[in-house]
Amino acid sequence: MTADRWRHALVIAMPYAWLLLFFAAPFAIVLKISLADQAIGIPPYTPLMAEGKIQATIANYQFLFSDSLYARAYLNALWYAAWATFGCLLIGYPLAYGIVRAPLPWRSTLLLFVILPFWTSYLIRVYAWIGLLKGNGLINNLLIGAGLIHEPLALINDAFAIYVGLIYTYLPYMVLPLYAALEKLDPALLEAASDLGCRPSTAFRRVTLPLSMPGVIAGCLLVFIPMCGEFVIPDLLGGPNQLMIGKVLWDEFFTNRDWPVASAVAVAMLVLLVLPMAAVRRQLTGESV
Amino acid sequence: MTNRLSPFLGTMIIVGFAFLYGPIASVIVYSFNASRLVTVWAGFSTRWYVELLSNDQIRNAALTSFEIALISATGALILGTLAGFVLSRYRRFAGRTIFGGLITGPLVMPEVITGLSLLLLFVALGQAIGWPKERGVLTIAIAHITLGMAYVSVVVEARLSSFDRSLEEAALDLGAKPAKVFAVITLPLIAPALVAGWLLAFTLSLDDLVIASFTSGPSATTLPMVIFSSVRMGVSPQINALATLLLVAVAAAVLIAGRILARTRNSPTT
Repeated sequence: MTADRWRHALVIAMPYAWLLLFFAAPFAIVLKISLADQAIGIPPYTPLMAEGKIQATIANYQFLFSDSLYARAYLNALWYAAWATFGCLLIGYPLAYGIVRAPLPWRSTLLLFVILPFWTSYLIRVYAWIGLLKGNGLINNLLIGAGLIHEPLALINDAFAIYVGLIYTYLPYMVLPLYAALEKLDPALLEAASDLGCRPSTAFRRVTLPLSMPGVIAGCLLVFIPMCGEFVIPDLLGGPNQLMIGKVLWDEFFTNRDWPVASAVAVAMLVLLVLPMAAVRRQLTGESV
Repeated sequence: MTNRLSPFLGTMIIVGFAFLYGPIASVIVYSFNASRLVTVWAGFSTRWYVELLSNDQIRNAALTSFEIALISATGALILGTLAGFVLSRYRRFAGRTIFGGLITGPLVMPEVITGLSLLLLFVALGQAIGWPKERGVLTIAIAHITLGMAYVSVVVEARLSSFDRSLEEAALDLGAKPAKVFAVITLPLIAPALVAGWLLAFTLSLDDLVIASFTSGPSATTLPMVIFSSVRMGVSPQINALATLLLVAVAAAVLIAGRILARTRNSPTT
């Protein structure tokens, strides 16, 4: 029995220690550096303890609140992510429902082909849209060729391109939980509704939709947070004027080399985005995190 | 009732798949375009593939990415399998809730935050204990293990909670040692999940730009970093060719793995 207990302790301790060191501890360091000043040197921030005194400053946070850029980037990210989540739902729901209703032998193949893009390179899928959307890109060429427009439309470097990129990239994540929820639905319920004189649209609204709500909630939660933190899509498709908080963090770090402000942005994202969403998720699904 | 696909749903399936695959198809088609202008068709050509193969920067970055993906998928498989066991078998121990939060955390954390926080950890560790001396393959691999193990643990946990534990109990009753039970009974039963988890961690690592950019140093440039800096300059036919090769390789791997998994799932042993 003692050998068993030792083995159990070891099995728990190895992943636990790894996660504490490489996932939990880093946040303490982010918090620490967000309270430091930018400095010239390696590393580019002032130490928290110097000459026996604690040198903490909340200047970085005051800066985040005084410059409206950060608030706008944060609200923009929420706005884009909320609409793109809704867009994913509008396309993903009928798609998932269609696959559930498809003849049985097709279903697993259709589902596999929804998941397949998720495995292929994310960067390349975003890149594909540049070729389609840009001024002399495929969509503009087709529209001009068809005589529908004379000047190329400004499809890229715009909010539109961000929406397309977000919806496209996150659609598979939305379809999977929706499919799982819709597949569980007993068709006898819809037959009963129709036998009792319910029209299909009413049956959908009163039976299918309420019963698939767990899938809707799970799908929305799954895509919303990572969308808010997106960097690649606003950077490659949105152009310089479309701010999102994830891109702001990246630019603070890589362009301005201001580690303390980048850390403060990360802490603000955690407090204002990740933790509230985790709480909502817990409330709605009963799962931890 | 179950086999009735309304015209609306049928249309939505077609529209949905056109949306998912149209952009990918356009990349593949234009990778065979003879023209440097990416959107003007000038006849079939494989010149971009030839140029790609002689591009040293891309080849080195691809090798670096593969090395990191191999290390991190294997590390993620080991730690993620242990974590999956903990989640499904050890219902009660001190810190169970925190463990559950930590293991699912990397799945929902925005990548920019994970990347920045790991970089700051590596810098702080480097100052405090002199390790890691410089950032590169190893630090990226550590970051990817942390991300990958979360995915592996989800897959392994699902598999463990769906299989019949009486098989293990029977073997124990018949006098097999726990280590032998694990090797002969448990491991073969969860093997499909291990294959899927390893592949998932491998492709995640191969694909990651954000976390790798934060945790890398001057000594290591991964393939997504090269693609990203090239794409920022504009669309290039060489990137189309590279994208096509990656897409075909990944699709083939996933379809083959899917076949293997489907076969083991239908076999009588499971």
